[in-house]
Amino acid sequence: MTTIRKRFAVPQRLLHWLMAICILSMLFIGVGMVSTAAPKYLTLVQIHKPLGIAILTLALIRLALRFYYGAPSLPTDLPEPMKLAAYLSQVILYALMISMPLIGWGMLSAASYPVVLFGGVHLPPILPVSASLHTLLWHAHYYLAFAFFAIILMHIAAILFHKLIRRDGVFETMAPVLTHHQSE
Amino acid sequence: MPQTPLSSGHLPVARLAIIAAVVGVAAVAFAYTAGWLSPHRLTPAKLVASLAPPGGPALGHRRNHAKGICFTGTFEANGNGSALSKAQVFTAGQYPVVGRFNLATADPNAADAMVRVRGLGIRIIPPDKQEWRMALIDAPIFPVSTPQAFYDLQTSAGSKDPEAMKKFIAANPGFLSFLSWAKSAPWTGSYAEERYNSLNSFVFIDGSGNRQTIRWSLVPAAQPVPISPEELAKRGPDALEQEITQRVAAGPQRWSMVITVANPDDATADPNKAWPEDRRTVQVGTLTVQQIEPEREGPCRDINYDPTVLPAGMTTSDDPFPAARSAAYSRSFNSRTAEAAYYPGTEKGAKQ
Repeated sequence: MTTIRKRFAVPQRLLHWLMAICILSMLFIGVGMVSTAAPKYLTLVQIHKPLGIAILTLALIRLALRFYYGAPSLPTDLPEPMKLAAYLSQVILYALMISMPLIGWGMLSAASYPVVLFGGVHLPPILPVSASLHTLLWHAHYYLAFAFFAIILMHIAAILFHKLIRRDGVFETMAPVLTHHQSE
Repeated sequence: MPQTPLSSGHLPVARLAIIAAVVGVAAVAFAYTAGWLSPHRLTPAKLVASLAPPGGPALGHRRNHAKGICFTGTFEANGNGSALSKAQVFTAGQYPVVGRFNLATADPNAADAMVRVRGLGIRIIPPDKQEWRMALIDAPIFPVSTPQAFYDLQTSAGSKDPEAMKKFIAANPGFLSFLSWAKSAPWTGSYAEERYNSLNSFVFIDGSGNRQTIRWSLVPAAQPVPISPEELAKRGPDALEQEITQRVAAGPQRWSMVITVANPDDATADPNKAWPEDRRTVQVGTLTVQQIEPEREGPCRDINYDPTVLPAGMTTSDDPFPAARSAAYSRSFNSRTAEAAYYPGTEKGAKQ
């Protein structure tokens, strides 16, 4: 979508940074909970499920905002491979933000676990109980989590590259506050 | 700071190093959280692996309590439990149960007379779908006091070092009280004659938010008939499954569910320590086992009897075991469901 906007709209920036905190927490909680048998295991699992649903909800809102507001154009002098990488990374990040919670929800459904959000609030199963479905989704959830973290690391490296090396204003399009004199 | 090209005073190398450092620190933090830098952390993977016999686990089966048989039945609540917990499972009524009798062994083909501890897993689903899962055993106390000690017990018992068990017992004297039960308590010839105990404590929350720490037991209606393990062995390796199948076919079998409420000073975190006999008990309902089904195609096969699947009105206590069990059971479930091809004769999958 073409736009003359130089920065993402305020709701987009707000959601980006809120979701950055949520998703990074989620990945650390996920990898931490499967590697401990201490009492914090249960606490982490109890956070993991509602946080996943929260991320799914926020991601859908964010996708709608993206269609509504669009995105600032990339610098015209950015080499084509980098433009392609930027585009692909956004598509992959959206796909993961939306699919990971659904895969987790489906995985719990296929294993016949109740999906407890908090207190008495349960979500209905979205898939039938099935060992083979559970295995497929569990593997997907596991490996995609590492892929998700790797892509976030690349995303951070790329944006720091824009900020520190190219200094081309791409970081500023999503910056929570402006660090220099730049008009909206 | 205005947008200016890099001045010649700043080598991009330094800035690239900053980027590498940020990414590197994040990656290391992730690796630490995943336990990759902490070889001594008690992970679910280590706990589950410690249960495996020397030849490796029986693929496709539960990693512990591997031998078992399914049943269906009901839990009929009498309403008394509502004074302790607001969970709907305690309001008077009859709710469906899918359960599993089992033996505490990693070998699904173990002979019944070779396994000292017997267990029972059940899932009760009341109309509000807030299900209650539990996995109980017939020992009156757990062998050890902490999950780490349980892991140490497995590794010591499997160790080639002849001193390993002595060292373990010296460090965990509570194991001796379990051993004395194991050596002296009479065996029975039926799953129906066993009393099954939660051993772990949990917290019940009533309608006003009052919390009480409790344990519970399923007390059999059937009269236990003592039998020596030698006599049981003569009945065959699967005598218990044959007996319970015939027994339930002849008539439903019942257990009374009895909740025991802790006094303020009781050891709620240590399932190796029994509470005094005079603690308040509340009889909250009756488990009725109506039909036995072989595990192979049975409704219990793909259920993880995770004791932390609790309705609102129940939660975990300071007992560290339910968390460790949940983590380990999940690991076992993920492994065995991925190995379904190794489970005997199940191309069709289990009945739901």
